[in-house]
Order: sequence, then structure tokens, then C-alpha cells
Amino acid sequence: MSQTMEQIIPCYPLFQEAEYRSLLRNKAEQFENRYSPEDVDTTFHWSTTPEYKALNFSREALTVNPAKACQPLGAVLCALGFQKTLPYVHGSQGCTAYFRTYFNRHFKEPVACVSDSMTEDAAVFGGQKNLFAGLENAKALYDPEMIAVSSTCMAEVIGDDLNAFINNAKKEGRIPEEFPTPFAHTPSFIGSHLTGWDNMLEGVLRYFTLNEMADKEPGSNGKLNVVLGFETYLGNYRVIKRMLREMGVAYTLLSDPEMVLDTPADGKYRMYAGGTTQAEIKDAPNAIDTLLLQSWSLDKSKKYLKESWNHAVTPVDAPYGLAATDRFLMAVAQLTGKPIPPSLELERGRLVDMIADSHSWLHGRRFSIFGDPDFVMGMTRFLLELGAEPLHLLSHNATKRWAKGMEQLLSASPFGKEAEIHFGRDLWHLRSLLFEKKPDFLIGNSYGKELQRDTLHKGKEYEVPLIRIGFPIFDRHHLHRNATLGYEGAMYLLTTLVNEILARLDQETSIMGETDYNFDLIR
Amino acid sequence: MLTREKAESLIQEVLSVYPAEAGKERAEHLAVSSPGEESAGSCVTANRKSQPGVMTVRGCAYAGSKGVVWGPIKDMIHLSHGPVGCGQYSRAGRRNYYIGHTGINAFGTMNFTSDFQEKDVVFGGDKKLAKLLGEINTLFPLNRGISIQSECPVGLIGDDIEAVAKEQSALLQKPIVPVRCEGFRGVSQSLGHHIANDTIRDYILDREASSPAIDCGKYDVAIIGDYNIGGDAWSSRILLEEMGLRVVAQWSGDGTLAELERTSKVKLNLVHCYRSMNYISRHMEVKYGIPWLEYNFFGPSKIAESLRKIASRFDATIQEGAERVIAKYQDLSDAITAKYRPRLQGKRVMLYVGGLRPRHVIGAYEDLGMEVVGTGYEFGHGDDYERTVEDLKQTTLIYDDASAYELEQFVEKIRPDLIGSGIKEKYLFQKMGIPFRQMHSWDYSGPYHGYDGYAIFARDMDMTLNNPCWKMMKPPWQNSTC
Repeated sequence: MSQTMEQIIPCYPLFQEAEYRSLLRNKAEQFENRYSPEDVDTTFHWSTTPEYKALNFSREALTVNPAKACQPLGAVLCALGFQKTLPYVHGSQGCTAYFRTYFNRHFKEPVACVSDSMTEDAAVFGGQKNLFAGLENAKALYDPEMIAVSSTCMAEVIGDDLNAFINNAKKEGRIPEEFPTPFAHTPSFIGSHLTGWDNMLEGVLRYFTLNEMADKEPGSNGKLNVVLGFETYLGNYRVIKRMLREMGVAYTLLSDPEMVLDTPADGKYRMYAGGTTQAEIKDAPNAIDTLLLQSWSLDKSKKYLKESWNHAVTPVDAPYGLAATDRFLMAVAQLTGKPIPPSLELERGRLVDMIADSHSWLHGRRFSIFGDPDFVMGMTRFLLELGAEPLHLLSHNATKRWAKGMEQLLSASPFGKEAEIHFGRDLWHLRSLLFEKKPDFLIGNSYGKELQRDTLHKGKEYEVPLIRIGFPIFDRHHLHRNATLGYEGAMYLLTTLVNEILARLDQETSIMGETDYNFDLIR
Repeated sequence: MLTREKAESLIQEVLSVYPAEAGKERAEHLAVSSPGEESAGSCVTANRKSQPGVMTVRGCAYAGSKGVVWGPIKDMIHLSHGPVGCGQYSRAGRRNYYIGHTGINAFGTMNFTSDFQEKDVVFGGDKKLAKLLGEINTLFPLNRGISIQSECPVGLIGDDIEAVAKEQSALLQKPIVPVRCEGFRGVSQSLGHHIANDTIRDYILDREASSPAIDCGKYDVAIIGDYNIGGDAWSSRILLEEMGLRVVAQWSGDGTLAELERTSKVKLNLVHCYRSMNYISRHMEVKYGIPWLEYNFFGPSKIAESLRKIASRFDATIQEGAERVIAKYQDLSDAITAKYRPRLQGKRVMLYVGGLRPRHVIGAYEDLGMEVVGTGYEFGHGDDYERTVEDLKQTTLIYDDASAYELEQFVEKIRPDLIGSGIKEKYLFQKMGIPFRQMHSWDYSGPYHGYDGYAIFARDMDMTLNNPCWKMMKPPWQNSTC
């Protein structure tokens, strides 16, 4: 009997109790046909060797622990960023259950999204009937002002034509002709969640503006459009808007889910909140320009903005860290003619002050990073600014072009000499890299925790602690509410990095009678 | 108290918003059960296609196979065969605990995928699959076998994964199991359970065992349909062992290939989640003559009832063992009930879950003095509802494959004190100010099975129901008169 009334304990530490330890040991020894501890140990150590790394990197067909997801996930996030918009995924229903769950776990928020539940018959006859009923039902039950349709791989493989199906649904009177139904084909076997976000944005822009360009004139509304892309830090939407407000620049964020993914607990559920309005989308071609804050994942939207809206799409780097934020603000100032105000200079100065305060803990520290291409590049840029040394820079869903960009960035800095760039590689590749060359820390999403455990298993001196920055983060609360962009975001990143370093140092020096030195009160 | 009239008018109100066709279909899935009246269970239509666009919370056959049945077999590698998403979204999300060296001799929380690209869809994925199985075996030599969990495209492009599996299985000398659990098959996860059960039958039980045999005993049993969420199977196993039974296999939480293979020799199969594993239980009954028995290890009343029911299938030694176990834990469970019941007495609960829980947890709530006023299955069948109404002691709203809209409306009108459902529902109802527990993942707590689990269950229901946060929803100035 392991529970007591004094203290009711859950799985940990319940299963640490003697009777459960013995239960688990007996199960393993008697029934599991388990490999011997020696076999397990030998195999584990082999898996940390250069020999294993070579085998691991010669994989051609197998992916183990990917660091990317599929297109419609991105399409759903993009759709959530428009006012009163219901994301609708055409295809098998399990996908939608997964997308919602994935976002629920990260944001700790409800996520509305429907599927049209295609099954075997739809696989044979196509999913038009499902789409007819799906649009009609979704509109009746959830009263959206827009339904944004994307597709699962099932619908893509059988070749369903979203445009034709949606138009037919309207002709059939299932939903009114004028009801907004932008769409994007989002096959999950091409690209990643970033591709799906890009496709959905392009679909929305196209739907509302393609045939409405006659009276549009870039610059005529005096605003600036900003696209954040597949961005899961809600603070980033807020900080970009704040900086633009402080500059006195009118703006439109094209897809802005920060409200709907952060609704209050006040007794009422809001399925819809905030988001870019249809009026804003329609007026967006009149803006001075559209800035894309993810330079590696928005190709399709960029093409549309240039060709259809005649926007210059002035290139900017994702504003991670000091210099990229400086350049972002200067680009905004140049495009709009509005000066960068003292309030932002003050904020910048505070960031520089923080960097100066913390530099001695960051200088020369080695970090490996994994994640989406713009995130990895942005973090790398910031680390170089801090005098830290990036080591392994891995982006599963990046391209050769990205790798070239990374090379340029690294070669321009004295701190980038040791860095290795990896694209199209997964987290099992990263595992071999971490055993080969140990960084001080790993920066990435929650999936990195198994890498920390793997390296720890080899010995404390091999352990690579994970610093959770990225998406998804399932095992820590509320981090997604912070900003990682702008000066404010850099302050959050800097604070996180330096304090993780200091916490780690405390942990390493807290052995009484052994490491009494460097266990300092003041740092 | 929910009355039949109120519940029925609520159903009508909810249905009125649907377009005609969908409303007519949905009407068949909603019912009111009142004790003493004609069973409502048989009146509920279940296991039908979800209506398009209504926001069903259901998943797919792949989720039922990879996510539920196969995934927890820890010493095999389960390949998500197709595009990258399915394996990523289902990675390590279900909390089926296991002990092992992940990546070396256990693989449960990892994601192995063929990451289909356009060329694989166009030219077929069989060659890639064959190569990949070899790569798995090179890099993870201690795997005991591989299952191929098909995602949607596999079944649409005409791949012959059975042929690849057969060829590679011979080559690698390990079981390689092709599973046709493409997500578009069937109407929910449920068909995935069935398909997975059938493949265990065909590719594991019907083949020569790859693990050494063990001596059989007269008290050998297997736990069937316990996925060890939060350690449930362990807090169940401990009771069965204490009463003198020998648990030879766990299906499939913390399970191994050897355990699956040896189950055909047990004396009795103990079935917890009937929905997901009745198929294999029936098969073993027919083929090996192994009887099966459903049991319920939620809450002391059902636990004691189940222990006695299980013991009745054995001799006096085991029957004495059952009484000994019940007596041993009596004080603890009484003390827990005495502590928490006064805090939870009379509280009304609405459930909307999957598998066995919409009925199995009712007894545990009743042990704590709580009343279940609404319940439903995401992917149940008619026999689940028949089993459920037997357990209902008062007028209860029944909803099958409820849409998000229906649930929200029902909850809004009934205003239960607690909701037990899943993560897709959790945050919505919390914002409405209604205490909520995830009853799939135990909300990152557990185990809930067995006596040790009952203590945690009681603690968790109390901490959520009586947490101060539910009284914070309104700012104080909104209540002031000035």
C-alpha cells in the first residue's frame, strides 16, 4: 500500500515506492524477454560513437524524431488570424483532431476548427458531398464571417478541386454566393507547416484582392502591412504592433491571432476574438509596402504581393536581437518617413544595458539550436551579437539556400567559426551531433528534452541542457505569451539565456563539501 | 436535478440550429436515460459517420491503431508510414508509461516516419519502405519488431506494404506488421482498434513466437485494454498479483512483443477497455478457449466488485486473496472517501470521453458522492451504450459523437459542477468558469486505476472542483452596486 492519507502521491513518486519497484523489476525479468542490462548499455554507448554517427547520417529513407509538422497545421494557424474566421480542413477528420490538440497543448487555449470528415466513400467518389454539407453545417452552427478551407493529404491524393467544389456549394445554395471562402491546397507531402501557412495566406489575399485591384494604389492608405508568418509567440504580434504605434505608423497585420489565442477566463467562451478584418485585407494593397518577417517561409505570398499588389516587399530580416531590430525599424522609418521615436531609442538602450550587464556569462558559451529556418537564423544572429558561439544549427524544414545564408552570417562573425549548419536533418541526427561535439546548451522546443536525457544518460559531463524556445512547447507553461522579436523580445531571450546559465551553474556547484567555490550569492 | 422533460427540451433546442439533414441525423445520437424506464441505451445510434463541418472531436483509424493499440508496445518500433504530420501530432501525447531505454530497447515516445514527399506519392512508397526498414534495424538493433502504421496516402496510391513487410520480415528475421489503418477508413478511431487487433492476431498470435516460452501456471491472466496512462496498468497489476494471480501480459501499456505472444496460454483475459480490445479477446476465446471478463478498477466499489468477480473464476486460494486485498485497502479507501466525500457530495458531473470511461468512471464519482448527469462516447458502439445505461442511477443526458456546439450548449444549460473530457474541450469550459478535468490523460496526473489510483482521483477532483480560481472570473467592481 503506497498511498497514505497524509500525502497522496501521483505517478512520480508513487512508482518509486518499494512495492512498485519490485513489481516493475519482476515484470521485466519474468515476462518482457528483455535484453540484458549489458546489451542495453553496450548498444547505448555504441549509439554515441562516431561510427554510429556515420551510419546515422547515411540514412536515406528513414526519419526519426522530425523537427517539422505538415502543411494544414500551418493553414489552420494562419486562418485563426482573421476576424470571425473558422478554419476548415477538407479531408479525413483525424487530422483536424490532431491540429486542434497540438495547438491546445502549446497555447493552453481552445482552438476552433472543423473537418468535413471524409471516409472511404469520399476516397472513391471525391469529397464534394462532404464539402457541401460541411460548409452548410459549419456556417449554421458556428456563425463565422469567413470559412478558410485547407486540405489534408487524403483530399490531395485523390485530387479534389477546392475551388470548383466551393463554387459548386455556392451554386447549390449551401452557403450564400457572397460568403467569403478563401482556400488553399495544403498537401502534407510537400514542405512543412510553414508552407501551409504561406499557402493559406496567399489564398486569403488572392480571394479578397485578385479581382479587386483596379482601384488600388500602393501607398494610398499610408499604412504598412506586416506578415509574421507561422509565429507562435503571441508577444511578437503585440510587440510589432506596439513599435509601429510608437512610431506613429498605421499598420495591418496580415493574420493576427493574438486575441483569439489568448482570450480571458471570465465566464464566457469566445470562439472568435480579434484578428485581421476583411476590410483591412481588401484595403491592404493600398499600403506603402508589405514586410515579411520570415524570409525563408513565405515565398508564395511574396510572389503574389509583388506581382498582384505591386508591393516592393522590402527585404527585412526577422527582428531577432539588436541589429536586426534596428534594421527593421530603419526600414519602417524609410518606407513611411516616420522617425524612430525616443521611446524606442530608450528601449534599445535598455537592451544594450542588459547585454552589457550579462555579457560575461554569455561570451564564448556554445549553443546548438534547432527549429524553423527563420527562428534558427534569428537566434544565431542574436547569439553572435552577444559574443556567444553557435555550434550546431539545425533546421529540418530549411533549404540549401538557407544554408548559404547561414554561412554568410556565420563567416562575418568571429564567433561563428565553429558552427555547423544542417538542413533536412532530424533530431536523431542532432543526437549524434551532440555526442560528437558538446555545446553548453541546446535551444529548441520541447522535443529537445529527450536529447537532454540521452546525453545525461552517458554521464553528467555529457549532458546538454535544453533551453525551451520555439514551437511546440508542451511541458512548460505560458512561455508562448512572451515576445522573442524586437528589443523587448531580445530582453526576454537574453534573460532566459543568462538565467539558464546561472541556474545550471548553481546546480553544478551545489555539492556541499566539494564545490563550495563558485556557488556564489552574487553574480 | 436534471429532469427528463428538461433534458428532452434541451435536445430539441440544440437540434433546432442544425440544417435539416444534419439535424435529423444528429437527433438519433442524443437521448435521455431514466432509470426504470425503457433502456435509452439501445435508442442511441452510434458508430456512424460524423456529420461534416460540425466539429466532431473524433480522430481516425491511424489514431486508434498507432496511437492506442500498437503504440504502447514498447520494444517494437511503430512506423508512421506516410507524410510527416500524423506521427508528429501523436508523438508522446498519450502518457502510456513504460520502463526502458528509449531509443535503445524501447521506442514508445519516439516518432519514426517515412516522411512522404511528393515523389513517394507519385511513384509509390514501397521502395522507400523497404530501405527504411533496413535502416531501422541497423540503427536500432534491439527492436523486437516493426509495425507499419499506414497513413491516408498509402491506401490511396496502391502501395503493397504487405509484400514489403513479408520480404523484409524474412530478411531481418523479425515480425514486421503491415497495418492498414489509413485515417479515412471507418468513422473514428474505433476501426483502427479493430484493424490493429486483427493485425496482432494475424502477424503475432498466428505466427511462430519469436520469444522463448515460459512455464504456464493455473493463475495466469492477462490485462487487456489497459494503456498504462499515468501508470494505470501498474496500479492494477499490483492488486491482481497481491490476490495471487500471475499477470503474464499487459495489452498494451508497458507491453512487449513477448507478452503478446504468450497471452495465448493464459487462463483468463481481463478486459478493461472493452471497446478497443474486445476483438482480440473474442478471438482468443474462440481459438484458444480463453474466457474473458470485463472488469472496472475505478473507485473502491467497482474495484471490490471486480476483484470478487475475477476471483470467482478461480479457486479458494484466489478468492481468499481477493478478500485479503479488499480488506487490506479498506481503511485507506474509507479514509479517502471520508476526507473527500463531504467536499464533493452532490456535485454534478458531465462526461464526454472515449473507450471505457464514459461508463467506467461513474462508480468512482459515486463513491465520492457525485452524480453523473450527462455522458457520451466519442467513438462508442451500441454495446457500449447498453453497458452504460445499466450503470446510470438517475436521469442522464446521453450524447454520442457530440459536436463542440452541442457540448457547449448542453453545458451552458445544465451548468454541471465538473466536466470530464479531453484537451480540445478543456480550455473552452474553463473559460466558462466550469471546473474541468481531462479524462483521457488524467490531466498529467494519475494513475486512476486501483486503490492507489482512487486516492489520486479523489484528490484531483477535489483540487479542481474546489480550487479558488473558479470564483475569480468576475472582477469585484462588477458586483458592486455603485
